Amino acid sequence: MTGPRDQFKPADHPNDHFLLTTVVGSYPKPKWHDRARELFADEDADFGEDEWEESKDDASRLITHEHERAGLDVICDGEMRRNEMVEYFAHRIDGYEFNGRVKVWGHNYFDKPSVADEVEYGEQWLVEEFEFTDEVAERPVKVPITGPYTLANWSFNEVYDNEEQLAYELADLVNEEIEALVEAGARYIQIDEPALATTPDDHAIVGECLERIVDEIPDDVRLGLHVCYGDYSRIYPEILDYPVHEYDLELANGDYDQLDVFKEHEFTKDFAMGVLDAHTAEVESVEEIKENIKKGLEVVPPERLTVSPDCGVKLLPREVAYGKMENMVQAAREIEEELDAGEIDIVASGTQAHADD
Amino acid sequence: MTQVIATTPGLFPLPDWAKDELADLKGHQKTDLISGDESGEVVAAYDEAREEVISVQQDAGLDRVVEGQLRWDDMLAHPLAVHDSVETKGIVRYYDNNNFYREPVVQGALSADGGDVAADLGAAAADHVDSGLQAVLPGPYSLADLATDEHYGDDAAFLDAIADFLVEEVKSFPDVETLFLLEPSLVENAPEDGEDERAADAIDAVASAADAEVVAHTYWGAIEEKAYAHLMDADVDAIGFDLVANHDQTVYNVQEYGTKDDVALGVVDGQNTLVESPETIRDRIDWFEQQTNSTYDTVYATANTETFYLPVNKFEDKLRALANAADLEAAEA
Repeated sequence: MTGPRDQFKPADHPNDHFLLTTVVGSYPKPKWHDRARELFADEDADFGEDEWEESKDDASRLITHEHERAGLDVICDGEMRRNEMVEYFAHRIDGYEFNGRVKVWGHNYFDKPSVADEVEYGEQWLVEEFEFTDEVAERPVKVPITGPYTLANWSFNEVYDNEEQLAYELADLVNEEIEALVEAGARYIQIDEPALATTPDDHAIVGECLERIVDEIPDDVRLGLHVCYGDYSRIYPEILDYPVHEYDLELANGDYDQLDVFKEHEFTKDFAMGVLDAHTAEVESVEEIKENIKKGLEVVPPERLTVSPDCGVKLLPREVAYGKMENMVQAAREIEEELDAGEIDIVASGTQAHADD
Repeated sequence: MTQVIATTPGLFPLPDWAKDELADLKGHQKTDLISGDESGEVVAAYDEAREEVISVQQDAGLDRVVEGQLRWDDMLAHPLAVHDSVETKGIVRYYDNNNFYREPVVQGALSADGGDVAADLGAAAADHVDSGLQAVLPGPYSLADLATDEHYGDDAAFLDAIADFLVEEVKSFPDVETLFLLEPSLVENAPEDGEDERAADAIDAVASAADAEVVAHTYWGAIEEKAYAHLMDADVDAIGFDLVANHDQTVYNVQEYGTKDDVALGVVDGQNTLVESPETIRDRIDWFEQQTNSTYDTVYATANTETFYLPVNKFEDKLRALANAADLEAAEA
């Protein structure tokens, strides 16, 4: 199952080879958009629901086009409508409540929600975000969605016997949301499960969640899984059995010290490899990124390599985030040219798997 | 007849106003965290917050009152993080939680260093707590486990040095009724052969320095059998157990090896917002007494873990539930 990838290749793609370039999801918010959020939260300010909606639409349109200007093949709106990756969803799921902030470290806090009643599908989560982005975008749109295991692991569970049970209930809701997204035209969904990296022993629970998520999702919908900042040897190759097409993994941050993990056992799915460090404020050069991309070609052949940053880039200065995207796309196009010309011979020999595997 | 004493292992959440005020005063980065030489404004904010959490405990009716350990940005690693011979390095994961602390790297001798913990206790004792003051410290095994040694070069020598350092802290305490030594590492990173005996000796050394009832409190599961047997040799007044995370293995340990005349029972979940009723708390204590076929002189009814994981409203509800559970027992007696 390597998925329907060709639909994302632009009609005017300049090279025979195609390395799909994309992002993980979040992007720095323009300062005026942060100010708008503060004004909307301030009861004394003359700034209501209409103005806040306008700000979100403007930011979404702006960042969608910024991604396109960087030349990315598959884009998103940088999650301009979302505040945080668990809170955003918890606000939309019936059964969740918020009691206040808890410490993560130092004076950094998280409004960790509690599951205080059985979880049920409430208002739509991402359909409106997708429809708007898809409308304003020229390029195909990817939808990142926080996975049920992370939603469960980063919440207080007052109701279910254990976290596993809660994760499965949430997986059914994620399935419902993805069905609605597919109905609205989405063809590329990325499930974010950062919590898996911190509790690798639970990889079977994540697998069962994914089985529930993909239930009755059409074959031509490309599904990815994003995991970051963990010890991959504890989840690989087990995760290859998950019913997804692509794994999006952070590797640049650790300078590819975990790359061998993926070479010891054949990588049988698509490999979306982080080629940019999301937590350094220096823009990597095109040459440096090309070297990183070549490391990906040691794992999978070009038709199964996706090129993306390590993780969401929202903590970077905006101009740095843009510079990284732009260089990443140029590096991918240059590698494609070199592949076309037969100048690169470090290509992995992995055999192409089929969609019905 | 068993006396139930309602208490906590400390390390409270900051009041919400203090979260904001201290973030503004100190900053959000790792270099902004507590160093032991805070500015006057920061000291004043912590003093006010300490006073507030003492009132919360007294109003709830807890039998033991802690100063709250609100300054412990690095959680149980705090006493080392502010030590002159220690350098704080990168942010590392705090046990198996989505929480982080600065890794303390010990680079010189851990001599007595001004009694940082004692000073906060002194502030609480002087102003606000007439009776029932409880001290909280990391146990020596856990504190050694959370730190990195670049000075002593030997696990046994390092543990001894940590124990000696904690002994000096304890000696500078004001009068306290109880001392909780928190030892989650006994569960989370179980000591190996030989190490288990040394851990018990180290706990014994710190406990012996205290002129108070001493509880060696373990959590995030049950302590392994052999380490438990050694811990029983330490001269503490009670061992604390996490009944929320694992009650069966704990009961087995006590059935096999006995326990002290007093016991501390983690009967309230410090990491979940679901608030236990006083009746549930009481049932858990009764269940433990039945299972271990014992009547204890004193049962310390406590949260299993530190409570900074909780939002403030649920934290306060849980303190009241613990206090009410202790009263419930008194009413029936």
